[in-house]
Amino acid sequence: MPFRTLPMRGLKAAAVAAALSLGLLAAPGARAQEHEIHIPDTRYSFDGLFGTYDRGELQRGFQVYKEVCAACHGMRLLSYRNLRDIGLSEPEVRAIAQSYQIQDGPNDNGEMFERPGRLSDRFRSPFPNDAAARAANNGALPPDLSVITKARVGGADYIHALLVGYEDPPPAGATVMEGMHYNKYFPGHQIAMPPPLTGDGQVQYADGTKATTDQMARDVSAFLTWAAEPELEARRTMGVRIILFLVILGGLTYAVKRKIWARAGGDPVT
Amino acid sequence: MASGLHESSFANPVVRWIDQRMPIFTMMQKEYGSFPTPRNFNYFWNFGALAMINLVIMIATGVFLAMNYTAHTSLAFESVERIMRDVNYGWLIRYVHMNGASMFFIVVYIHIWRGLYYGSYKAPRELLWMLGVVIFILMMATAFMGYVLPWGQMSFWGATVITNLFSAIPLVGDSIVTLLWGGFSVDNPTLNRFFSLHYLLPFVIAGVVFLHVAALHITGSNNPLGIDPKGPQDTVPFHPYYTAKDSVGMIVYFAVFAFLVFFTPNYLGHPDNYIPANPLSTPAHIVPEWYFLPFYAILRAVPNKLGGVLMMFGAIAVLFVLPWLDRSPVRSMRFRPIAKWLMLLWTVNFFVLMWAGGRPAEGIYVLIARLSTAYYFAYFLVILPLLSKIERPLPLPESISRAVLRGGGPLRGAAAAKPMEKA
Repeated sequence: MPFRTLPMRGLKAAAVAAALSLGLLAAPGARAQEHEIHIPDTRYSFDGLFGTYDRGELQRGFQVYKEVCAACHGMRLLSYRNLRDIGLSEPEVRAIAQSYQIQDGPNDNGEMFERPGRLSDRFRSPFPNDAAARAANNGALPPDLSVITKARVGGADYIHALLVGYEDPPPAGATVMEGMHYNKYFPGHQIAMPPPLTGDGQVQYADGTKATTDQMARDVSAFLTWAAEPELEARRTMGVRIILFLVILGGLTYAVKRKIWARAGGDPVT
Repeated sequence: MASGLHESSFANPVVRWIDQRMPIFTMMQKEYGSFPTPRNFNYFWNFGALAMINLVIMIATGVFLAMNYTAHTSLAFESVERIMRDVNYGWLIRYVHMNGASMFFIVVYIHIWRGLYYGSYKAPRELLWMLGVVIFILMMATAFMGYVLPWGQMSFWGATVITNLFSAIPLVGDSIVTLLWGGFSVDNPTLNRFFSLHYLLPFVIAGVVFLHVAALHITGSNNPLGIDPKGPQDTVPFHPYYTAKDSVGMIVYFAVFAFLVFFTPNYLGHPDNYIPANPLSTPAHIVPEWYFLPFYAILRAVPNKLGGVLMMFGAIAVLFVLPWLDRSPVRSMRFRPIAKWLMLLWTVNFFVLMWAGGRPAEGIYVLIARLSTAYYFAYFLVILPLLSKIERPLPLPESISRAVLRGGGPLRGAAAAKPMEKA
């Protein structure tokens, strides 16, 4: 019988199913990349499937954000209380919150007033609204950074590359409009943001790390990754457990299935 | 026994009391317990059950998301991020829902492919197949509207592009678009009605799934050989044989699903959707979710807007009439030496379309998309009708049991294939 000579059918079917699902999974990889700018790969502690955040790096990154980026960029999805997750103690976080004046109100007289920040307050934005932000920035709107690494192809690698990718003077042949700056990694190469990280000693790290431009760019891109995905560590830990559980359960289930099918003369040759 | 009561075979007094008055236990036993099922399913037959599980997961996670989501243009984006940050396990619920949509399409595409390859659409299962196509269309509508809800850039611009397609319809097109939008652009009324419909349609899907399963239980399942079971030696009871086999597939499915959710949750999404919607700034490329890319490629392959829209909808509509396009009495491609390879080529072609749909509509990509679109339709409209006439199929096996049982004895093992004792 010709059909019995094909015991590989089941395997083949499984292979086709796997290929189908893999093909589907690979599809978005083929997505259009307009500019084809190669973004250099920066090594982070959270790279790979099992990486975790480096708390020291996150704290340094927050310092860079607070002392440099926050002049123009808000992070309105984060609250001061979230900073406890990067290894700051509650009194430290409380002190950070209190260093900002937050608008509250209206009070009993119907007036808005300012008070020191609390743990539950969202990060104070540098500008009251987008129009004010544009007015102060030559017409350009500094984007909110809360989920910026999820919102850019390349994530943290891209942020790091962008921060170190300024070239002044611009390379020969590049046109840079008035008020714009040349950046190797920005789509179109013209960015309104002036180089934010200007070199050594711009911030004083408490842990003694030397604050080079590259170091600050790494630290702040790591911090922004945490800000965009604060659940990353919990997610991966849970994932490892669930997949291990499924592997064991899968083995047992397969054994049960084999045992049951043995009663019907074993697996059909399909 | 009082008159009017159903005769129940259950011993447990509570079960029996209910079953006599409303024989759902008898029904479940008949449809999912002893239901005679061809004994030669391969793992492709897991995917119907997997799709059912996926629907349940989507509804369950969706209900919890809706408790925390705000359908307003100025609040939607932040409410989704609030779910990610402040709702207990909100990130898990949202990532399961988000990747669940992709898993649903992976599962359903494989399920449809199974039907195409093994001829499950042919008599007597035409209506079963057509109900499946209805489910597929409803799924696409649901997924599209769901993608709009986070109100990111791709949500907004995807909604703009897709709803604008309806304006290609002569005479009533513009009125339809205004109706879809609830105004004169994609705005808050659009978001509101999409949220409402996104919550409604899954229950409509569940209803059509019920009909799909009801129709299946009249005709019985097809099988990899595509021949009808000729007696009890060709079938096994659904439980425990296929409950066990489906469980194996289910664990593998959960593993793939878990990998996506826990390790690469945003891989299948688009980064632009983490930028809040901005009607004044158009993204460089507006790309739909991966599962729409083949149809998006067909849409863009046609230079005329109305033509493109018709072709895109036609690509799905053609599936409705497939049972009457393919007149070959042989179901399974295993016994169709020519159709088999052209069907596999169609499969590759589907991936080419998917790839082309994700590229910009220019240069060589347009040509590739056009050739692929031509083959997509030619397979259904020319190749299958023609092959029905000229192809000489291989001889079919006498029966399922003769073909598939080890050792060759047609009845060996059949006697052992008894349903498990029920508690």
